[in-house]
Amino acid sequence: MEFTINGSTRTFDVDIRTSLLDLLREHAGLPGTKKGCNQGACGACTVLVDGERINSCLALAVQYQGRAITTIEGVGTQDALADIQAAFVEHDGFQCGYCTPGQICSAIGMAAEAKRGLPSHVTQDLAADSVTLDDDELRERMSGNLCRCGAYNGIVAAVRQVFVEEVA
Amino acid sequence: MSIVDEAKATVKGAVQGVMQKAIALAPDSWIPGGVPDPLIRERHGQTGRPVSRIDGPMKVAGQAPFAAEFPLDGMAYAAVLFSRIAKGRIASIDTAMAEAAPGVVLVMTHRNAPRMAAMPPFMSSAKAAGGNDLPILQDDRIHWNGQPVAVVLAETQEQADHATSLIEVSYAADEAVTSFAEAKAQGTKPGEFQGQPLKLAVGDAEDELAKAAFKVDAVYKTPRHNHNPIELHAATVGWDGDTLRVHDASQAVAHVAWSLGHIFGIGEDKVRVTSPFVGGGFGSKTLWDHQVLAAAASKLAGRPVRIMLSREGVYRIVGGRTLTEQRCAIGADADGRFTALVHTGTVAMTRHNAMPEPFILPARSAYQSGSFDLRVDVAYVDMIANTFMRAPGESVGTFGLESAIDELAVAMDIDPIELRLKNEPEQDPTTGLPFSQRDVEKAYRDGAERFGWTERPKTPGSWRDGEWLVGMGVATATYPYYRMPGGAARLTVDATGHVTVDIAAHEMGMGTATAHSQVTADRLGVELDQVTFNYGDNVLPGVVLAGGSQQTAAIGASIIAAQTALYTELLKLAGNDSPLAGLKPDEVGGYRGGLAALDDPSRHESYASILSRAQRDSVSAEGTPPMPLELQHWSMHSHGAIFVEARVNAVTGETRISRMLGSFDCGVILNPKTATSQFRGGMIMGLGLALTEETMFDERTGRIMNPSLAEYHVPVHLDVPEIDVIWTGIPDPHAPMGARGIGEIGITGVGAAVANAIYNATGRRVRDLPITLDKIVD
Repeated sequence: MEFTINGSTRTFDVDIRTSLLDLLREHAGLPGTKKGCNQGACGACTVLVDGERINSCLALAVQYQGRAITTIEGVGTQDALADIQAAFVEHDGFQCGYCTPGQICSAIGMAAEAKRGLPSHVTQDLAADSVTLDDDELRERMSGNLCRCGAYNGIVAAVRQVFVEEVA
Repeated sequence: MSIVDEAKATVKGAVQGVMQKAIALAPDSWIPGGVPDPLIRERHGQTGRPVSRIDGPMKVAGQAPFAAEFPLDGMAYAAVLFSRIAKGRIASIDTAMAEAAPGVVLVMTHRNAPRMAAMPPFMSSAKAAGGNDLPILQDDRIHWNGQPVAVVLAETQEQADHATSLIEVSYAADEAVTSFAEAKAQGTKPGEFQGQPLKLAVGDAEDELAKAAFKVDAVYKTPRHNHNPIELHAATVGWDGDTLRVHDASQAVAHVAWSLGHIFGIGEDKVRVTSPFVGGGFGSKTLWDHQVLAAAASKLAGRPVRIMLSREGVYRIVGGRTLTEQRCAIGADADGRFTALVHTGTVAMTRHNAMPEPFILPARSAYQSGSFDLRVDVAYVDMIANTFMRAPGESVGTFGLESAIDELAVAMDIDPIELRLKNEPEQDPTTGLPFSQRDVEKAYRDGAERFGWTERPKTPGSWRDGEWLVGMGVATATYPYYRMPGGAARLTVDATGHVTVDIAAHEMGMGTATAHSQVTADRLGVELDQVTFNYGDNVLPGVVLAGGSQQTAAIGASIIAAQTALYTELLKLAGNDSPLAGLKPDEVGGYRGGLAALDDPSRHESYASILSRAQRDSVSAEGTPPMPLELQHWSMHSHGAIFVEARVNAVTGETRISRMLGSFDCGVILNPKTATSQFRGGMIMGLGLALTEETMFDERTGRIMNPSLAEYHVPVHLDVPEIDVIWTGIPDPHAPMGARGIGEIGITGVGAAVANAIYNATGRRVRDLPITLDKIVD
């Protein structure tokens, strides 16, 4: 099977049952994407596919051939952090760091959804063309990513800084 | 117990009693912490600065390696099959189909597992780390619903998971006790915690209660909880001859290494356990069956093994917090002074470890009272052995105690903060020891002012905003200072003046390396980037549990000891040609990249200069701190005041927390940025405890019914408002760095603060956690 991961074409011969998450972690040498429940409940495995966020644990790898897959390793590196990664460090948007790659990928996908005007559960005017990302919108839209250390305030602050304040 | 044993125990108890008295009465200067840590006076260093995590870039880039992320050559993947009965034995187990499945390397059951000793249960000896005392795959006996009965190794995880589904097991069930009521009916036993009975009586509390001008008397219940760190329990293991290598997710590397050595009958020097990053622990990441199963299967297959439990697997074989049923009764005189404090009740436990959730701990030191009756009894249930979870005792004990105080304030029609402050003790109310530092009043006054406590409705149910009823609640947070024996650290200075700390400590999100690099930089007088902090490896010095909020004190005391040893070595190397000649280790301090005389900083020589003259590349020294006698000389506790504003939907009973503030009195805060995160994290876990978290236990079968993050509800982004955190920052003169641990106190008090706010909003008192919608609506 042939995949495009973080801009590179990679070929793997894997079991048809392999999830995209396991492909990344166990075959592609990209363990930055985390396994927290393997059943779509925690969001730790969030990656971007053609810019949209998905739970890679619920995705069969075979279905994602030919799509542009972006993992945390493709977002930025330790020496060249993306703005959102640097903001997570600045605002202490994590403690143990295990849910963090998923939170960051989710935030990137979330910002793109909001830019497209997609409403959320807390959006008051569902017919509006644009969405104002206030803190409740951010919280609702990020609620699929659990953080047991409870770094939620720092995560919201980081996401707000990069995807709300710096965009405005 | 035989008569001889009883006599021995009595003598031992008497000796301990005399020792305890002697330590209590000894002059302060004889006790560790008797002379305040000089670092407390440091005002211009790194300590106390909001430094961002030094491992932050690594974590946000996904480059921090966790236990299941170390690939080993030829590694096989493990999957575990769990029993479906609570008690009995395996009647038959057919593994033929599994063995024939594609990719399967090995199926291990009790019939072919290597012979191993039972796990040494935690606290049964200094380095015991086991969650229970049961043999693992050594016989056909089943002790709980969910116990591992087979392990499959395969070339891939998918193959292992599938093959596990092909194993056929039949059971011969024995009568099991799986209901709490039945367990209590069979008889309870007094609980023991850390070798002490969970029982304390002062005066005749029942009599005082009967006579009291005001009183409350109610039963409070808290359910089972699971830690649910987002990182699943995992290990990557391999054998090299008779040496076992474990990449673990651990808050106790030295304990786990020793315990695995014990189980496999090899010396602890034959076991290497590393754990550079831990994806959350909260008490759960010690030694459970999975590391043992992986090591045994690896031995049998002759290949390295990776085991990563499924989320269900974590619920099945890693114990959580047990349930409690607490009676809390308080009697007060006409002025509101407590004359009786009764906190008694029963918890569920197994016979396979010793963790009776000690919910009476807060009542032992939080308030003055004319009489006390505190007791925890244990009822035995056939279930997975429960264990320590964040603030064991205090997290759920404060729910009963702090709810009861709120109820008393309502009965007396006085402000619940004033009622608490009326009962602020001068010295420890049950031991008589002086407090090392305690300013509960400041925590309350500062918190109340910042939160706007005066806006609280005087009449419950009187503040309505549309369909939402709004109210405020408050409760005391409390957690003791601990420092466990076993600390040790090594300090090395090289010719460039770079300092390395080596200690077998842990990072599970607390910011360990960051905070202690800051402290070390100040102690040795170097810049932050000149410090390397090595940890998470059992070959490093020290037996340092990341638990009981004690790791900071243990590391701090170990570094102080190592620093003294290092100064001794450096002064020897400096010799008579140095400006430092003739000075003793306690007369010098770290200053501008070297040592200086404390009373005359101009007498200074850099580390580089000392080493260069001595023609050395580096110098190392190891130190071991004294036994933690400070715990028996002072009453050492952190406190806090938790303020909550709750909005309760008058139609649906849904509760939303709109505001929250924690005001803490925990000594010096080493790093305000990481500390704020820890306090908030604890408070958020407290919100879960208050409103949503419950491990549902099927009392018919003894099986956990919601072993998933979809059915066990931890707080999510939208459940959590911006949380305000403040602290007094008053140093504890008797703790290393002046700091008491802060990892657990955040969760304490929150359950009651939320319940009290809901009462204030609605007039409805809920005494049974979690406070779900059904308990609020009629």
